[in-house]
Amino acid sequence: MTPKLEEMGPALTTEAAGGPSGVRLRRTPLTWVQQGGIGRLVFLLPLLLVFGAFSWYPIVRLVLMSFQYTNLVQPPTWVGLANFSAVIHDPLFPIAVRNTAEFAGLALVFGYPIPLIAAVLISEVRSRRGLYSALAYLPVVIPPVVSVLLWKTFYDAAPNGVFNTILGWVGIGPQPWIQSQSAALPSLVLESTWANAGSTVIIYLAALTGVNRELYEAASVDGAGLWKKVWHVTLPQIRTVLLVTMILQIIGTAQVFLEPYLFTLGGPANSTLTVMLLIYDYAFGNSLGGDYGKAAALSLMLVAFLAVFSLIYLRVTRSWSNQ
Amino acid sequence: MKSNIRAMKFKTRAITPIRIGAAAAVMGLVAVAAAGGSASIAATTKAKRVTITVASLVPGASAAATKQFNNQVLEFDRANPGIQVLPVTYDWTGPTFAAELAAGTLPTMFTVPFTDGRSLGEAGQLANLTKYAKSYSWFKQFNPAVIAEGIDAKGQVIAIPEAAYAQALQYNRQLFSEAGLNPNKPPTTWAQVAADAQAISAKTGEAGFSVMGANDNTAGWILTTLSYAFGGRVETGIGAKATATFDNPGTVDALNFIHTLRWTDNAMGSNFGLSWGTSNAAFAAGQIGMFVSGSDVYTNMVQADNLNPSIYGLAPLPTENANAGILGGGTLAAVKPTATPAQIAAAMKWINFYYMQPLVNKAQAIRNAKSLIADDQPVGVPAMPVFNLKTFNEANKWIKSLINTPQSQFAPFNDGIFKDKLVPEPESATQAIYGDLDSVVEQVLTNANANIPGLLQAANSVGQSSIAEGNQPS
Repeated sequence: MTPKLEEMGPALTTEAAGGPSGVRLRRTPLTWVQQGGIGRLVFLLPLLLVFGAFSWYPIVRLVLMSFQYTNLVQPPTWVGLANFSAVIHDPLFPIAVRNTAEFAGLALVFGYPIPLIAAVLISEVRSRRGLYSALAYLPVVIPPVVSVLLWKTFYDAAPNGVFNTILGWVGIGPQPWIQSQSAALPSLVLESTWANAGSTVIIYLAALTGVNRELYEAASVDGAGLWKKVWHVTLPQIRTVLLVTMILQIIGTAQVFLEPYLFTLGGPANSTLTVMLLIYDYAFGNSLGGDYGKAAALSLMLVAFLAVFSLIYLRVTRSWSNQ
Repeated sequence: MKSNIRAMKFKTRAITPIRIGAAAAVMGLVAVAAAGGSASIAATTKAKRVTITVASLVPGASAAATKQFNNQVLEFDRANPGIQVLPVTYDWTGPTFAAELAAGTLPTMFTVPFTDGRSLGEAGQLANLTKYAKSYSWFKQFNPAVIAEGIDAKGQVIAIPEAAYAQALQYNRQLFSEAGLNPNKPPTTWAQVAADAQAISAKTGEAGFSVMGANDNTAGWILTTLSYAFGGRVETGIGAKATATFDNPGTVDALNFIHTLRWTDNAMGSNFGLSWGTSNAAFAAGQIGMFVSGSDVYTNMVQADNLNPSIYGLAPLPTENANAGILGGGTLAAVKPTATPAQIAAAMKWINFYYMQPLVNKAQAIRNAKSLIADDQPVGVPAMPVFNLKTFNEANKWIKSLINTPQSQFAPFNDGIFKDKLVPEPESATQAIYGDLDSVVEQVLTNANANIPGLLQAANSVGQSSIAEGNQPS
């Protein structure tokens, strides 16, 4: 049974009737202009144009492309879900996913605690704190490509390579580093941790200044040492920041591209092939024209995975953040 | 594959006084015509000035090489006042080429390797040059196998072969001497290559023998070369009907050769991820005793890697069994399909002037060599003939007195290569096939227990898919 108009509520009836009411005024183009709508639009326009041209349009285009076969030279053809199917059946796909997960995992195990430890130590020192912060941040200032090329020489597998010389001093033989299928990925994580830790250190240092000093004093009175103070005061106080940096790091490492591209091109024997590098290979690996449909499909799959993962992460950690 | 593509790029953006003069002259004509009250004549005169962009040197080429290229442009401008040539830096690599192709940002005239010409042409991505090319007398002189690389299935000329190379053994004469070997007697069998590599590695500590092992199709390119030299082929047939034949005795022998040198003899140094450019750099720096690359890389090593010419030696690859062959490839000059007829004609004039005349015209060959010498650029680097052997030998004679490169060090190659069987690169999905072979080479270089037949069988099925994908009807 269809409800009568009057039964649907006063707001709707007054709006629909257009009559005077204290609830809502009917908006017309004239009232919009009178209320300064044009001014707002003018201020918004540059933003809308920039985002439209460089973000939203490419996003829409990417979604469309994931359902097309196109090399951007000949007209595209619609292929339904064939691109997604081709990606999933590509023997390189599971390798890329596994490598990316391994990179993210190793970065989490080794790369995540290091900035925290560094920040806590820096915040504890009494003098030259600025100098230590600057030193921790320095690798971030070096252009990433320069860092990688620098580390490539450090990783020289010859016995007289930089790292191998250092290992030689303590009686360890030369290591193959990025020339070995098993050592290449951890070597990339090592460089990536060095290069990226600085930004996180600065975030933690800022968060640490927000921790009430009285809590530390109270803990000291209760006989807590440094470790107990960190565990019972520092970490709980900055947990919101910790949770945010963790999800940012996971999202960042799931999209790792620069290191495998510049160090190894995904080698040796695909041992450092990541999802982003596979996307790149689909798009640009063939000089006769890329398979942009497959590249778009895999990009979309990565976005979907990260979006779902982030939602679950936020849901799971919500209660911890709010404690 | 990409060998000489890189060796011959030039760069500049000079707006020369001559060109400004030419522009002023055209503007003057326009003004006179307009003053005469005929706007249509003015428009016609203006339209006659055609602007084309042409691939020049690789980005970062030396100032001397850039100057030499600029002088060529100047001379072309003088002879062709109706054409404005704007050089742009250009370095053919698979990824950058694909992106520029998709974005439509390639110069009017650019170069591609033999491997890609016909596929690009058949996909409508190169301009049809037939009527322009056939108007030049040199067109009939092409080596039939070479011009075939520039003709599509419909018989249209879609690219002009401008240089050809054969794969060769590059060797460091200084390391040979230091290892107690005779630099005038490079190895002629693969067993000798292995023995010399061991000697170099043991006596000098440098890599005795090196292969490109980068995951950018270069590892597959070199494996294909070695496979040919050991009597194998990685593909048979053409187009969609081609068959991947990775798992053959020649390729297995080639991989076993690499495996033994790497793991048993430990004679390949410690860097197994070298690519085309990094191999050249490492060789010029004295870190490699021997490696396989195109016969024309000397030019690039001089221009980009500060090679000391006295260390350089070039020999043919050993070919010991009846089916063994030398992989040959080359570079094609092509024109964008969106070019106007006037631009295509102008681009063909440039191709004729810059690439072809020095090969077929005595005066131009001498002028070109003198121009190279003036800027300390190498003259007399080993190349393979794009025209018939008679034209090739004649062109070499014209510039004999001007040669500034160590010919005696190229002699083992020049004396031996024409006795060898030259085999073109795999015809179907070439670059993809190389890409599929990359990881086989990487496995052998980085895994002592690599199962060579197993790796080849697995790669073969991927290669067959690449052939199918590369020949999808468009």
